[in-house]
Amino acid sequence: MMSRLLQSRGLAQIIALLVILAVDRAVSPQFFDLRMQDGRLFGSLIDVLNRGAPVALLALGMVLVIATRGIDLSVGAVMAISGAIAASLADAHGLPLALAAALGAGLLCGLWNGFLVAVLGIQPIVATLILMVAGRGVAQLITEGRIVTFTAPDLVWLGNGAVLGVPAPVVVVLGMLIVTGAVVRGSALGLLIEATGGNARASELAGIGTRGMILAVYVWCGLCAALAGVIAAADIMGADANNAGLWLELDAILAVVIGGTSLFGGRFSLVLAMVGALIIQAMNTGILLSGYPPEFNLVVKAAVVLVVLLLQSPRFANVGVVLGRARQ
Amino acid sequence: MNAISDPGPALLEVRGLSKSFGTLRALQEVDFTLRAGEIHALLGENGAGKSTLIKAVTGVFPRDAGIVRLGGVEVAPRSAKAAVDAGIATVYQEVNLLLNLSVAQNLYLGRQPTRFGLVREAEMRRCAAALLAEFDLHIDVAEPLGNYSVAVQHITAIARAVDQSAQVLILDEPTASLDRHEVEILFAVMRKLAQRGIGVIFVTHFLDQVYEICDRITVLRNGRLIGERTTAELPRIELIRMMLGRELAETTSERTAAHARQVGEICARFEDYGKAGYVAPFNLALRRGEVVGLAGLLGSGRTETARLVFGAERADSGSATVDGKPVRLQSPRDAVAHGFGYCPEERKTEGIIADLTVRENIVLALQAKRGLAKPLSRSEQEGIAMRFIGLLDIRPPEPERPIGLLSGGNQQKVLLARWLATAPRLLVLDEPTRGIDVGAHAEIIRLIRDLCDDGLALLVISSELDEIVTYSDRVVVLRDRAHVDELEGDAIDISNILAAIAVAGSAGAEAGQP
Repeated sequence: MMSRLLQSRGLAQIIALLVILAVDRAVSPQFFDLRMQDGRLFGSLIDVLNRGAPVALLALGMVLVIATRGIDLSVGAVMAISGAIAASLADAHGLPLALAAALGAGLLCGLWNGFLVAVLGIQPIVATLILMVAGRGVAQLITEGRIVTFTAPDLVWLGNGAVLGVPAPVVVVLGMLIVTGAVVRGSALGLLIEATGGNARASELAGIGTRGMILAVYVWCGLCAALAGVIAAADIMGADANNAGLWLELDAILAVVIGGTSLFGGRFSLVLAMVGALIIQAMNTGILLSGYPPEFNLVVKAAVVLVVLLLQSPRFANVGVVLGRARQ
Repeated sequence: MNAISDPGPALLEVRGLSKSFGTLRALQEVDFTLRAGEIHALLGENGAGKSTLIKAVTGVFPRDAGIVRLGGVEVAPRSAKAAVDAGIATVYQEVNLLLNLSVAQNLYLGRQPTRFGLVREAEMRRCAAALLAEFDLHIDVAEPLGNYSVAVQHITAIARAVDQSAQVLILDEPTASLDRHEVEILFAVMRKLAQRGIGVIFVTHFLDQVYEICDRITVLRNGRLIGERTTAELPRIELIRMMLGRELAETTSERTAAHARQVGEICARFEDYGKAGYVAPFNLALRRGEVVGLAGLLGSGRTETARLVFGAERADSGSATVDGKPVRLQSPRDAVAHGFGYCPEERKTEGIIADLTVRENIVLALQAKRGLAKPLSRSEQEGIAMRFIGLLDIRPPEPERPIGLLSGGNQQKVLLARWLATAPRLLVLDEPTRGIDVGAHAEIIRLIRDLCDDGLALLVISSELDEIVTYSDRVVVLRDRAHVDELEGDAIDISNILAAIAVAGSAGAEAGQP
């Protein structure tokens, strides 16, 4: 009974999130307190959601890429590019143009990655490494090496505003989750992506246009990354090409893997990838609140990730079975 | 059973070797005897058990039962390295050497001559040159191995193996990527080794080469020993019969159902269809309600024909028409859109998607055909899955079970269901009964007959000639990547097919694999 329950999908991740939230509550007694101020909710829990928004957006695109047995290392760099574009254009040309240009850049980045992987057949890790390196350079060229600041209120609102008390970044993530879910699970795309990731040759022979599908997931991943970049820039009212989105591709991959999607492709879960992003952010926030130096963050994060991954590992499950038998 | 004229001293004796993978019995009590100084062909179609026999003897897999004696002493190597140490070396088709290192370094990798812990490069090169000179190969051993031809790479691998005191040398498809001249060089080396008293096991599917160089032949089929003969006493047609068919007497009466069937109009026609270096241009017309069998040896162009028909490879000549209209088959997707289906031979790597459920595997091709925007609802998917699970008797009848957990026969039925769900006009089945246990085997054949009665056109590839004879209305015979003969009606019997295959192809070696 117990083992049956543990095997049910997503339970391990949800338990992990609850445990981390409980630990956060232990180090910071006011962790679950919420208060309303200027029409926006405040509190550590809201912080977790708000700060976790960029990684959640990245994970939303990344989970589809990983489901096709790919990976996108360039999302951090794409964030820097789109943030730089939005920040440069917002004051002079207004939000619609700035947003369209930033998202258009993300789309182009996704097309480039998809072209390398799907059409030229380059290994995803190498193909996206190109843009990971070059993209940050492009962002630095756009900002001319400076930190570009802006004051356009509607762009600032995207990072700092609220809808019915819920911070705007959280609303954007929710909206994107619903759109992605509707597209992927409402059409046959989800099944065909899982088939392609599970066995690309067999899928091709079953008549699936695997090439177009792989191209599409990289484009979607680029779009999600661009949106994350705009939010990150709006949050600090400026674009820092050197640091925006730095290392966030790794957090996004971690969020997807913690969410139970295998790097070998196939089955994926959008919602559990979001839970993975929340787990990562809940840890970050907890360590900040605990008063430990932030340097601990990386070490603790590594340890927690190791535990979550061990729980998912089939070999580790076998070890558990053997140990259980030995005890009997 | 076999009259062996010259019972020389046995070098390698395999007795009662068995090996199973799950429920599949890959080898059943196989005996094999190799004598010192002979070149011994090990023959059989795909799945006959040649590779399994080699791997079980050389310790790549543990064996379930049986003993192996080398020079009268029982050996049981635990790994390929242990087998080499015991005196059994294997050179595979894909040479396991390091192309970026020099020839000399490859020959002495892991056993370099050293002084004070330093490799003596000059000494190593001198030894390497001397070693290769024994094989009449005079090359600069300091050059990277990758700069030389595949034949030289093979000879280097052989020289390395023999130098490590091999008594038995196993060559697994060594000539598949060699041209005629390179094959001659390799054969000269093999003859030289045999003269030195080494026993050579030669695995190949080029029968001309077998007759050119081998002293003795052992044939396996479906994991069983069919027989051991001396080459001189085994006519080619008899050899092919051993590889492909049962005893003639067993099969003559089985061809009944095919006669009674009504054959409809032509639904797909291929004219001068071919691809250079892949399959020579062929003409093929497929009619509704008709089974066309493709017969030939491994590598004769059967699977290649199927892949061209299904668009998995692009033809570079000829034209295709479906119901009289010209069509372009650039990809499997095009073929599916025109109502074709294809169950590939490599079920695990090209057929099933192991992690997905039976239901998802069944609806996949139909969903791909309908397109992204028209998803089948969960209840529609379940309806389709349950209908075919019932129709084809797929066991266990659980649509939500991952297909990877089903037996081979049930996986094959799921793949058939995947295509039947698309209501195809033409179904291409490549070795539909390969690796399937006997009960499911008969069921699949019954299914093939039923499908034809429903007006489907079928193109079926099988290495089992009695099977092809049983269900085919027409049989196309292939040899050396070309369609060479077509048999119809009463002309379809095993001996006619064998006769068409057995005509000694002069181009056997050159036409080889790409």
